[in-house]
Amino acid sequence: MSSRAEILELLRENARYTTEDMARQTDLTESEVETAIEELEADGVIRGYTAVVDWGETDKERVRALVELNVTLDRETSYADIAARLAKFPEVESLRLVSGDYDFDMEVEGDSMREVSRFISDKVAPVPEITQTVTHYVMESYKESGIEFGDGHDDDRLSVSP
Amino acid sequence: MQLSDRVDQVPPSGIRRFFELAEEMDDIISLGVGEPDFSAPWSARDAAIASLERGETSYTANRGKKELREAIADDQRRRYGLDYDPDEEILVTAGASEAIDLAFRALVDPGDTVAVAQPSYVSYVPGVIFAGGDPLSVPTRAEDEFKLTREVLESSGAADADALVYCYPNNPTGATMTGEELEAVADFCREHDIIVLADEIYSELTYEHDHTSIATLPGMRERTVVFNGFSKAYAMTGLRLGYAMGPPEAIKGMNRVHQYTMLSAPTTAQHAALDALENCDDDVDEMTAQYNRRRNFVLSRFEEMGLSCFDAAGAFYAFPECPWDDADAFAEELLHEEKVAVVPGEAFGEGGEDHLRVSYATGLGELKEAMARIESFLD
Repeated sequence: MSSRAEILELLRENARYTTEDMARQTDLTESEVETAIEELEADGVIRGYTAVVDWGETDKERVRALVELNVTLDRETSYADIAARLAKFPEVESLRLVSGDYDFDMEVEGDSMREVSRFISDKVAPVPEITQTVTHYVMESYKESGIEFGDGHDDDRLSVSP
Repeated sequence: MQLSDRVDQVPPSGIRRFFELAEEMDDIISLGVGEPDFSAPWSARDAAIASLERGETSYTANRGKKELREAIADDQRRRYGLDYDPDEEILVTAGASEAIDLAFRALVDPGDTVAVAQPSYVSYVPGVIFAGGDPLSVPTRAEDEFKLTREVLESSGAADADALVYCYPNNPTGATMTGEELEAVADFCREHDIIVLADEIYSELTYEHDHTSIATLPGMRERTVVFNGFSKAYAMTGLRLGYAMGPPEAIKGMNRVHQYTMLSAPTTAQHAALDALENCDDDVDEMTAQYNRRRNFVLSRFEEMGLSCFDAAGAFYAFPECPWDDADAFAEELLHEEKVAVVPGEAFGEGGEDHLRVSYATGLGELKEAMARIESFLD
């Protein structure tokens, strides 16, 4: 595995590993780790670092909705044009073009259902190319970014074994 | 009630004392565990559940389900170039431990000598004794990085042995042997007409070279029984599933003991194992990658704190030299002062003295904390 691929794998596992600990886990030196990260960032492979939050464990109310969007294209407007316009809104957490019954899969976050609903009706639905929106509010989250929510699994192994 | 002499002469495992000490304490970080910290891949667990839902709870064929034996044969051919007939040359058992016990009972006569490469897994010597054989210790040496060499075989008198049992990648040392290094062992065993019992349970956990099975070396297949299983690579220790591969007459003899004692290996576990072979390559790769990173981490940390440790290239153990004269006292003190459990090497037999077995089958967060505690203990 190239050092870039190795570092990418480690950061995907835990973006808070120190460069020192990444060096210890690989055959790389600390400065090689730093270089690999700088390159990955400069080349746009790594676009950012973020925490995986289980909002159910906080006091904060957080409302999320998955929105299916159908659009019509014309000679002057491409998927990318519509996407660029939607992605600018800070409420939009993720936006993907998908295959199947609808075109865009959009994730929206807000502080209340009212806020999210208003955002979709006032900002998204009126976009001329958008012909239909279907909004699914998230009721419960079980796994995000590869991390399972819930109490986890206790280590029930014998403390010392052959 | 009077115990039989055979049982009476085998002392309880040396691990036991440390287990009891560790169990008395709260919040310890244990680097004393000889099994994976992962759960079995979900796909394999799911297959086990589905088999229960279908009501598949009867015995299987004594030798194990035919599909499973076929899948094992394919898997071992693909991974290591081993070539065994699923009908005649493979026996599915309740863990590799059962398979090894069966081999001792089927192949060792009273008075036969079985050379045991040490330090080793704790079951070999008792297994030989229970079978009525005489164990002969072959202590490997730190300066050989605990590999088995012709020299130690010769100096320990193994030339007169009837059989040799060893495990590489090794528990407790993490040592591995390359094909070239195994050739010397193979030559010795051919010259002196010695049967080889090769425990390859950690074969998938080989980090710096490809695993070679001694049975693939010229003239060795007919004198070797190979043991493997699902406990380590597939993190299925509690499901108790292993297997033996060897010449038809050996497998037939082992199966005779097996059919009168175990009947067949656990059925549910056989379903899990079949799925593991069919669908869980990626899980194995992922777990192996994790172990390798932890191995690098632990070896780097030992180097930083000046703890001398050879580059253990397999299993999930590092085997550093103990900085004190008394490794037992060191391990006990480390447990009491810093709440970190490691196992003194001598619990695994001759050659393990003055060393510590440090298992890295533990998450990186805990390993990091444990290493910090060991470092502060050394200061």
